Amino acid sequence: MTVGIVMLVHTALGRAEQVARHWHAAGCPVVIHVDRNVARKTHDAFVKALSDLPDLRFSRRHRCEWGTWGIVAASQSASELMLEEFPQVRHVYLASGSCLPLRPVQELIDYLAARPRTDFIESATTADVPWTVGGLDHERFTLRFPFSWKKHRRLFDAYVRLQRRLRLRRQIPRGIVPHMGSQWWCLTRQTLSAILQDPERETYDSYFRKVWIPDESYFQTLARLYSTNIESRSLTLSKFDFQGKPHIFYDDHLQLLRRSDCFVARKIWPHADRLYEAFLTDAAGAMKRTEPNPGKIDRIFAKAVEKRTRGRPGLYMQSRFPNSDWENGLTSGRYSVFCGFADLFKDFEPWLHKATGARVHGHLFGPERVEFAQNQTTMNGALSSDATLRNYNPCAFLTNLIWNTRGERQCFQFGPADNQEINWLIAKDPNAQISVVSGAWAVHLFNSNRNFADIRKEAAHLQRVESEFLNVLRSPYSKARIRIWTMAEFIEAPMEPLQSIIDEIGSKSLRRLAEVPKMADLKGFGQFLQNLKNQGMHPYLMGDFPVARDLDPQQSRPRKPYLVK
Amino acid sequence: MGVWQSYRLRLQRKRWLIRAFRKRRELRSVINRTAQIKPGDILLFSTQRNEVTRLPYFLKYYRDIGVNHFVIVDNDSDDGSLDYLVDQPDVSVWYTRHSYKRSRFGVDWLNWLQRKYGHEHWTLVVDPDEFLVYPFCDTRPLRALTDWLDASSIKSFSAMLLDMYPKGPIDEQPYRAGQDPLEIASWFDAGNYTISRNHRFGNLWIQGGPRARVFFPDMPESAPALNKIPLVKWDRRYAYVSSTHMLLPRGLNLVYDEWGGEKASGVLLHTKFLDTFTVKAAEELTRKQHYAASVEYKAYAAALQDNPDLWCKWSEKYINWRQLEILGLMSKGNWA
Repeated sequence: MTVGIVMLVHTALGRAEQVARHWHAAGCPVVIHVDRNVARKTHDAFVKALSDLPDLRFSRRHRCEWGTWGIVAASQSASELMLEEFPQVRHVYLASGSCLPLRPVQELIDYLAARPRTDFIESATTADVPWTVGGLDHERFTLRFPFSWKKHRRLFDAYVRLQRRLRLRRQIPRGIVPHMGSQWWCLTRQTLSAILQDPERETYDSYFRKVWIPDESYFQTLARLYSTNIESRSLTLSKFDFQGKPHIFYDDHLQLLRRSDCFVARKIWPHADRLYEAFLTDAAGAMKRTEPNPGKIDRIFAKAVEKRTRGRPGLYMQSRFPNSDWENGLTSGRYSVFCGFADLFKDFEPWLHKATGARVHGHLFGPERVEFAQNQTTMNGALSSDATLRNYNPCAFLTNLIWNTRGERQCFQFGPADNQEINWLIAKDPNAQISVVSGAWAVHLFNSNRNFADIRKEAAHLQRVESEFLNVLRSPYSKARIRIWTMAEFIEAPMEPLQSIIDEIGSKSLRRLAEVPKMADLKGFGQFLQNLKNQGMHPYLMGDFPVARDLDPQQSRPRKPYLVK
Repeated sequence: MGVWQSYRLRLQRKRWLIRAFRKRRELRSVINRTAQIKPGDILLFSTQRNEVTRLPYFLKYYRDIGVNHFVIVDNDSDDGSLDYLVDQPDVSVWYTRHSYKRSRFGVDWLNWLQRKYGHEHWTLVVDPDEFLVYPFCDTRPLRALTDWLDASSIKSFSAMLLDMYPKGPIDEQPYRAGQDPLEIASWFDAGNYTISRNHRFGNLWIQGGPRARVFFPDMPESAPALNKIPLVKWDRRYAYVSSTHMLLPRGLNLVYDEWGGEKASGVLLHTKFLDTFTVKAAEELTRKQHYAASVEYKAYAAALQDNPDLWCKWSEKYINWRQLEILGLMSKGNWA
């Protein structure tokens, strides 16, 4: 008893010849089907080249086009020939010209001999698996597909739409339940001959002739009628990408394929010389006799599909430039934006760095220059601190910075004097943690030595800008982690908010804050705001600051420099 | 895109093709070995001027990855590079002394030659200082890539220009003929690129890198474009519009995914900044044959006077394509 190999061949005939000889040398009869699309001259040369093998036959040629009946017809006539000519065959293995046996053929023969009644065919009902590409799953079996998908895509699509609209349905023949799976199977003589000699075969054939991609469903469905023991998996390692075309193996997959312990792999690149050389020189039983284990290959190809469909979040590059809202992550990592804190606290930045271990920048979007941490002139990825360069595309500047510093949390200061173009980006970004002490920009003006008329003008401008920023943050589209306090509210009890911000950043130590940053001297600030009001410019973002607050004896006592809880 | 706009782009494409047809008169065949080209061969098209030092390594690099034939336009060289090319067995050479600028920086010449010899071939259009890096280029030849692109019904492959530079002043280390230029210019900027979309042609417009950082900090909008689509399964109806930055029909420019995924892409390592550059920049300034009134070369000349160091603390040293992949400059897409 042995295994018969049915090979479907359409290109790279030289490789097909090599593989056919390999099967044959191990004592497997081979039946080859050559696609009718192959030129006569090439075909004849191929037949002639293999004419020295006694147990090799060529079956009647059909025209095979992807997704059509031709491939099934080819498998049928080749299988019939196999069953007829080689009575010693118990299992028939369907392979293609670009399949490559990875283990010694004898191991496959032994494996199948130990499972004489088992049919290896991947076969699942359409309702249960989301395999299909292009939205046609159950409809493959209920619509008609007279037009070629490859050559007449528009007609194909239009006819599908028309049938859907008119609710045209085909009747599925009585007694069968559509199943689908990999087209590469290995069936026992019993099952295969039952399928091929079925009195109803005419009915089934004429039905499947118009099913979409019948090579993935004909045998898969009919095997369910006759098989006593279906093992629903393919012995051929064959991975498909998101478009439904097979992944290809190259020389650099050699080790992976070796460790997969699979019997046969598809599809091999015809120029992968090292693979053919390595696997076709039969290293008599070199491999251990184990079950196939394609886990690692599965992972690699699953990752490739994910990269193609989901991509790396927060990456903008030449071959990934998502439309708005399709970014799958606006930025690549978490970061924190602080508004007003650096105005309110002296040395806020070093303090924050100490408390969290994050990289703390100054005003990255400052009008004069980019205030990178430690006053650097360039940052990761050779980002320049030049304000003109940054202003050319501020959003890209930010996404670049976050991408370049993957693995390290970034914090930066932001305020109404800065370039505001990134407002929406950070507000919509779930990776952003934005903490705002509104109105704190006034502290800077309060301490400045400028004419009051200028200060008034500047204050009016900054207030307008910040209020717009707050509107963005409060919009229903914002997805960032946002906290907003008025300045008055915040300085009442700064510890609690600071603690919760730091906790959220997830600092290295779990201890409570031992040290608070030192607050700027606000003596006279209430009066300053009152002066602005008196000039007709009402500062409202700071909250209610009583003019008399400075006179409060409680406040005028020197503050404790540190608070230890 | 409306019917009207698509019609206008069609007219534009025809115009470039007619222009290329007219400009064919400017080319004189020096040696034509295109009869050697077999169906399915990978062809490389290039224009060159006085690159005799670079050519040996350039040809070797592309022969090694599997280019089958080179089609080169020599623009009035006087350094012996023409003779050198004529001696190569797999190179066909055309000569012209006409204006580089008026052939739209060589695009018209190459559009013509590609139309004539590139039909139904994978064609690679690169300059002698550009080296293509693609996923798995250390283990798989270029044909593996083009076969995969064919199988995936992809007709164009993007490879962004990545400016390479040496550490220290540009002219410090001399470049010898046949040497790998990456031994000298082995540094690059990893993450300072800005991208915007060109809605008319559907391509991305990428700027940034050391040239924007050092030469164009005051006018970033004039910094050179870095997006390139150098590898195309050519059809005689196609035409490059502006260098290899974009082409028509515009569907070929859609080399990026818009729904969050990544398409496969490569990188063109641009080794312009060798010691030969200072001489070249001075010469180009007088020839005035470059893009946008040679604004780029003016900026270079101005900056080169104080012999700048393009290198900075955050420059990245080139290792291999996997490094570029991890940095997000190129992608394997779903090729595994």
